[in-house]
Amino acid sequence: MTTTSPTHPPLPTRVLAEARRSPVLAVTIVLLILVALVGVFAPWIAPYPEDALGNTAPDRSYIPPSSDHWFGTDHLGRDVFSRVVYGTRFGLVVSVAVVCISLVIGIVIGLLAGYIGGWWDEGLMRVTDVFLAVPGLLLALALASALNPGLIGATIALSVTWWPWYTRIIRGEVLSVMGRKHIEACRALGLSHTRVLLRHVLPNARTSLMVQASTDFGSVLLAVAALSFLGLGAQSPTPDWGLMVEQARTHFSTHWWMGTFPGLAILFVAALFYLLGDGLRDRLDPKHTTSTGSGGTT
Amino acid sequence: MIAYTLRRIGLAGFVSLGVVLLTFAIGRIVPGDPAGAWAGPRAGPEQRERIREELGLDAPVPEQFVTYIWGVLRGDWGVSVRTHRPVLEDLSILLPNTFQLVFAGLFLGVLLGVPAGLLAAHCHNRLPDFGIRLGGLLGAAMPVFWLALMLQLLFSSNLGWLPINGIYDRSVENAYPLSEVTGAPVVDSLITGNWPMFLSSLEHLILPAIVVAAYPFAIVTRIVRANVLDTLGEGHIQLTRALGFSESAVLGRFALRSAWNPVLQVSALIFGSSLVNTFLVESVFTYPGLGNYAAAAAKVQDIPAIVGVTLLVALCYLAANLAVDLLHAALDPRIRLR
Repeated sequence: MTTTSPTHPPLPTRVLAEARRSPVLAVTIVLLILVALVGVFAPWIAPYPEDALGNTAPDRSYIPPSSDHWFGTDHLGRDVFSRVVYGTRFGLVVSVAVVCISLVIGIVIGLLAGYIGGWWDEGLMRVTDVFLAVPGLLLALALASALNPGLIGATIALSVTWWPWYTRIIRGEVLSVMGRKHIEACRALGLSHTRVLLRHVLPNARTSLMVQASTDFGSVLLAVAALSFLGLGAQSPTPDWGLMVEQARTHFSTHWWMGTFPGLAILFVAALFYLLGDGLRDRLDPKHTTSTGSGGTT
Repeated sequence: MIAYTLRRIGLAGFVSLGVVLLTFAIGRIVPGDPAGAWAGPRAGPEQRERIREELGLDAPVPEQFVTYIWGVLRGDWGVSVRTHRPVLEDLSILLPNTFQLVFAGLFLGVLLGVPAGLLAAHCHNRLPDFGIRLGGLLGAAMPVFWLALMLQLLFSSNLGWLPINGIYDRSVENAYPLSEVTGAPVVDSLITGNWPMFLSSLEHLILPAIVVAAYPFAIVTRIVRANVLDTLGEGHIQLTRALGFSESAVLGRFALRSAWNPVLQVSALIFGSSLVNTFLVESVFTYPGLGNYAAAAAKVQDIPAIVGVTLLVALCYLAANLAVDLLHAALDPRIRLR
């Protein structure tokens, strides 16, 4: 499947050709890589790294944006720019963790439901119905408030909330390929169930999963920020974007910079993930070959 | 159609039972011990034991679940730890306020989203199209609580055009008492002709409703634009052009028609998301609704209140899904045969 034919152009040429074909997608991916690099190299980028780790400096509190403090300082004198830079780590790590955990749960249950069928399918699908019957953020909010508040609790709560979407996708894809000849041939050749599922059924769902997961990185990022804003996610002094906006609330009318920049960071990264999802859908899904940017609902 | 309706209602009933089970489970996973959380940190062991018996926590779990379902059905949704009032009583006061906000937001989102989508399709790949698409992207990726704070900062704190928080002005309410009909102040004051109250509650509704509208606007714009663009190339639209209909008639009367079905399909989803978005919006604007209640409850681990809100919102969402499915089946016979 991954064999490269000798006539294939070298990798840089192919990357350039892809970039020319979907420029928005290329720019989005480059920007997302930059965002990830900001997270990785936060200690070197942040001018006041200690401010992100619990240090306070009351003598320089409430300084408006200036050349020393690009995004100003907050009520405890912490450099907002440094904290926003560090916040990249928490936002990205939690989003990736939630999507990965949900993908694993969703894939396992979806494959089982679609492949075994019958009562298993019926039972598992009714369970996903129940989970999907509660609006996502609300279920996460209820779970997070029952668990110990913190980023771990928020990650668990959001993962429990998110998996049914993947289960639905996987099951649909499984059902659509089950009757096809190549799957029957695999079984006739005596391949094990696990092998058929993982090597021949699952790859069919790759495109749908990639599109859904990239959009979900954005949705989860927003949900984590919302939970932190409500006091159920990250706890002080974690430089989490949602929590930073929450802490800025009481000072907002007089010190606008404290909450404005963390909020812009959430908006920027979430928008990038949504663009990534749209771009991938246009690029990979043969049904959406037009560059109209049309397609799904979210 | 009758068979489909019955099957769909049966399924909804089954799912609501599942949701009750799910909320029951959430109420039981509190770390440590629910009786401890209920009694507060200063309660002694014997006090905790008494509460344990009072709450029925000494009974086996299946029995507790049956008691819980029975309570939910009879309208006994527990007592809020924070307000010390029956949860259902609190919720029934707040629900109309939240509905007022959600429907105002949805209305605004659709009212602006449909023309925006049409305009974007009309100006395909030109400046207005890019602008509207960017607006849609930002609407979907917007952290609602942040947008709420920014609008509050701009229009209330800095410009002073609109009230900063609340649902109406207390002093206006004292002068012109509101007689309750539906429980939603805007509607009630309109019905009873209480104009000062109507103006007061309307101006308190504007900013929260704009924030709630951001997401529906994004989704509706996107669907309308995509569907109208897909339809424009088709024969029957070309025919209307050839027949000499004006461009606005071609778009608004004929091409738009193909977008209603997809919009209807996602309307329950949009309703659910908007309902949850009000949680954040209400807590920013201290607007007395379900979300503000839940946010306050979450801060003090008031589990009965949170579970109550979750159950109520889930039931509203289920009802919306059911209504949309039935409406969809009534309009499109193919659905019923699946």
